[in-house]
Amino acid sequence: MSVRVISDKCTGCGTCVTACPFAAIEMREGKAFITEACTICGTCVEVCEFKAIEKEMETGPAKDLSAYKGVWVFAEQHRGGISSVSLELLGEGRKLADKRNVKLSAILLGSGVRDKAKELIAYGADIVYVADDPALADFNDDAYAAVLTTLAMQHKPETILAGATAIGRSFFPKVASTLYTGLTADCTALDIDPDTGNLLQTRPAFGGNIMATIVTPNHRPQMATVRHKVMKPAERNDARNGEIIDVKFMQSGEPRTKVLRTVEEVCETVNICEADIIVAGGRGMGSAKNFQMLEELAKLLGGAVAATRAVVDEGWIPYSHQVGQTGKTVCPKLYIACGISGAIQHVAGMQSSDVIVAINKDPDAPIFNVATYGIVGDVMEVIPLMIQKLKESRS
Amino acid sequence: MNIIVMVKQVPNAAEVRINPETNTLVRDGVPSIINPYDMYAIEEALRLREKHGGKVTAITMGPPQAAEALKEAVSMGVDDVVLLSDRAFAGADTWATSYALSMGIKKIGSYDLVIAGKQAIDGDTAQVGPETADMLGIPFVAYVRKIEEVSLGRMVVERLMDNGYDIVETALPALITVVKEINEPRLPSLKGKMKAKSLKITPWTAKDIGANESKIGLKGSPTQVVRIFPPAPRGRREILSGPIEQQVDYVIKKLKEQSLI
Repeated sequence: MSVRVISDKCTGCGTCVTACPFAAIEMREGKAFITEACTICGTCVEVCEFKAIEKEMETGPAKDLSAYKGVWVFAEQHRGGISSVSLELLGEGRKLADKRNVKLSAILLGSGVRDKAKELIAYGADIVYVADDPALADFNDDAYAAVLTTLAMQHKPETILAGATAIGRSFFPKVASTLYTGLTADCTALDIDPDTGNLLQTRPAFGGNIMATIVTPNHRPQMATVRHKVMKPAERNDARNGEIIDVKFMQSGEPRTKVLRTVEEVCETVNICEADIIVAGGRGMGSAKNFQMLEELAKLLGGAVAATRAVVDEGWIPYSHQVGQTGKTVCPKLYIACGISGAIQHVAGMQSSDVIVAINKDPDAPIFNVATYGIVGDVMEVIPLMIQKLKESRS
Repeated sequence: MNIIVMVKQVPNAAEVRINPETNTLVRDGVPSIINPYDMYAIEEALRLREKHGGKVTAITMGPPQAAEALKEAVSMGVDDVVLLSDRAFAGADTWATSYALSMGIKKIGSYDLVIAGKQAIDGDTAQVGPETADMLGIPFVAYVRKIEEVSLGRMVVERLMDNGYDIVETALPALITVVKEINEPRLPSLKGKMKAKSLKITPWTAKDIGANESKIGLKGSPTQVVRIFPPAPRGRREILSGPIEQQVDYVIKKLKEQSLI
């Protein structure tokens, strides 16, 4: 497949040069010239008024993908608890499986986790493959990838999904590499093309400034990691039936990497990626002491506390609470931004929250551009008042 | 200790945006930079060299102008550079990019460690590191925020996880990706700048690295971008004014109406 300029039709207007998201078109001798930075996205084809650019589709024989069937979800667990993003993926996976009229399977890895398989069935899985082995107690790229790769080779699923978590984003690429297939990171929407069975994977790029839809047309399984909170979680139904298949984990030789120790660093029990409500603070909070107010507010609301990079750099809260381009991307139902100016790097990590409340004394702060509700005022005045009002309304 | 650093030249993503009216990308004057995470990778490689001796080689794949990124790496103190540049590499997704990089690294020869940034800020996929490690057949550790200890054939690092961090021991050679917490990248030195200025970089082509033509560039890429569009605009905004108490009451009322609190 390639994108080609039809020289006779090109007027040299330059529209495609500015339209190209990848700066891959130059003017050479008065005509558009497509450079090697081209990703064949086709944006230029759409913008050209003179129909002077065309996208040539693949002409080679289509590969036989029909042997690949079923939707798989990697069920991530942490100390035996199934992560919320996995339940969201079971909800989404169920929909995709029903559209393709195939089975939904969950892959569960860990040590002493077999009990959880029933839970995954209740949340929509038809089949649960369980590898329960002491060697899988800690996350290990090699071991996790080995189990999933072997299963995928044996059973040939059409689609495999995982949460875009630290674990999912670490070991899924290894599986995709070994299977020589496509992997799309950090998806925010999934759909199926009914004709081809291609998974339409939509994800943000350039720090959320652009959305791209990606497909894996000629390789299977099609693999994707999906962000927290963008899919609706499956509903639990303990009456559902399903099959549990035990899988043996075969350790080949001495492991190349091993976890010597794990240190938990989250102040409350809630991982900010999984929280429905986030109270976040920026440098405008003024001091570490003032920052503690946010914990009180978060506690009242049953939410988690997050922070900007500046606050983490000041040492007011550990890095695992940082939201933004160099921290985590979150998508809660409610995000309360307190004393946050709204630098693009922070906004990239929180702009897809459902409702955003911004509190800032500067009415021109860029955070108000993404706010659903903006309170213009001093955080030191607004937050204590909010805490007081919430307490009153509950007593 | 011989170290290879994988770098990528990217547009400064903070300045890239789509014009919602014309649905086209606004990139006037958007400069190309070394992916910020890769700066931490370069710095960490230089620190390891200062401590343990050896050599640091930076490798990148890209159009001929990606040589600029390699020159910047040299100005910081990198010893040697490799530019993989060939029209045949064009349109590569993470799989095909990782394949080309792994072939380039194999050609460089013996190494103890490969370091890259945790992800590039244009694509944000975080996949080229682990996929390259797999193709090189070496272990991979993601999100390294600290190298605790390096000894013969092994290394102990801290790996950031969602709820904290792990202390991980890995055999060497290995490939690690690093996060910003690991260090503060140095500025280029005058001596380095001089060296970079006079540096002639001869690109390696697909043939030079012995790459299988069906596995590189667009042809070798399992994924394809089918559509690019601006994100949906956020809904209605209400920026309040007036007495604080009134504003707070209003927001609490609104949030309650939507059963958010």
